[in-house]
Amino acid sequence: MLDKKGIAQRIAQELQDGWYVNLGIGIPTLVANYVPEGLSVEFQSENGILGMGPFPYEGEEDADMINAGKQTVTLLPGASIFDSATSFAMIRGGHIQLTVLGAMEVADNGDIANWKIPGKMVKGMGGAMDLVASAENIIVAMMHTNKRGQSKLLRQCSLPLTGVKCVKRVVTNLAVMDITPQGFKLIERAPGVSVDEIKSATEGRLVIEGDIPEMQL
Amino acid sequence: MNKLVKNAAEAIEGIQDGMTLMLGGFGLCGIPENCIAALAEQGISGLTCISNNAGVDDFGLGLLLQKRQIRKMISSYVGENAEFERQMLSGELEVDLVPQGSLAARCYMAGAGVPAFFTPAGYGTEVAEGKEVRYFNGKPHILETALEADFAIVKAWKGDRFGNLVYKGSARNFNPAMAMAGKITIAEVEEIVEPGELDPNFIHTPGVFVQRIFEGTNYEKRIEQRTVRQKTQS
Repeated sequence: MLDKKGIAQRIAQELQDGWYVNLGIGIPTLVANYVPEGLSVEFQSENGILGMGPFPYEGEEDADMINAGKQTVTLLPGASIFDSATSFAMIRGGHIQLTVLGAMEVADNGDIANWKIPGKMVKGMGGAMDLVASAENIIVAMMHTNKRGQSKLLRQCSLPLTGVKCVKRVVTNLAVMDITPQGFKLIERAPGVSVDEIKSATEGRLVIEGDIPEMQL
Repeated sequence: MNKLVKNAAEAIEGIQDGMTLMLGGFGLCGIPENCIAALAEQGISGLTCISNNAGVDDFGLGLLLQKRQIRKMISSYVGENAEFERQMLSGELEVDLVPQGSLAARCYMAGAGVPAFFTPAGYGTEVAEGKEVRYFNGKPHILETALEADFAIVKAWKGDRFGNLVYKGSARNFNPAMAMAGKITIAEVEEIVEPGELDPNFIHTPGVFVQRIFEGTNYEKRIEQRTVRQKTQS
């Protein structure tokens, strides 16, 4: 089974040279720590940064340089700054090659819910709806089950949707799955996790074809 | 051309109860601290505030929420403010949550004279309820309208008396689009410079969009999430 860092590490294997990538808050943010050596990718922060770097050294924090999670960050050589309208023009216009975001629920048709629990948590969608409606390549990073042990991979989302039929791939602590017309297609198992364990933790339709390899981290 | 006013109190003259304001900033980054303080001091109420976020409990728009000066918020993310959540769940505060990109575009389009536009963001979700859907290139889009404001209040790094503005770092965020959208746009800046000092090639907001400008004081620039890394020995 993977921890959150492991999920990020596995997603980092999806990165390709020259890509512009938007990482959401939470597990997705960790992907930046595992960029394979020799690859050149630029991270976009939707509040207006391309070429975001690591956190600043202590004492070098700048209140005017934050990421979308409101954390202090730095810029890498070649970075650029722009306003919110331009930032979402980049996103909506399809100029960002990969979006990685977290989710509360994903349905086996690619629907995603991650912004609202009616009556309980209403923080807003931020940029998530623009991202999922526009990006060609959307990977969800999340735990396979919620805190009560219930599957987050469903036949149909129960929470208000963020986007419809948009997720392409899901990477959890148990597995890598692609969204296909037949449902979640199992691609890889996390180290030490059996197909049966994945089956019992998945409520949505799961497609299993042949031997399922274990992830190589 | 002289748009210079003395201070925040003079800049917000004419803002009345029940008006609609746009306020720049992302989180607490790039917010018009001086004007928010002046609005709190004068107790102008019943406001509709268009702002990406709602501040934190004791800073930013949280200061106006504390004093119940805001009737309605139009935002994309409001997660950092307990008082906000309380007022929203109790029904005291009306809240319209808008996808962040649509929010930015709705400000920009208002300033650009485009009354409505189609976007894919929000299709198939609660956001699309009651909105016209049209297909372009085989993909569904929803109709969003431009957002207008009686006053837009933005924060820049430097500016001149012509109203030309330059922002610093990620404090730019919503400020340029909102500067375009106000019927009256107020800019507060950290430093007023002489006309000509700002390189015309690098001006972010041309002065035409700004009606009033002043040099703010005592910027706190609070950091919401101070994150650092340790220096590694090498």
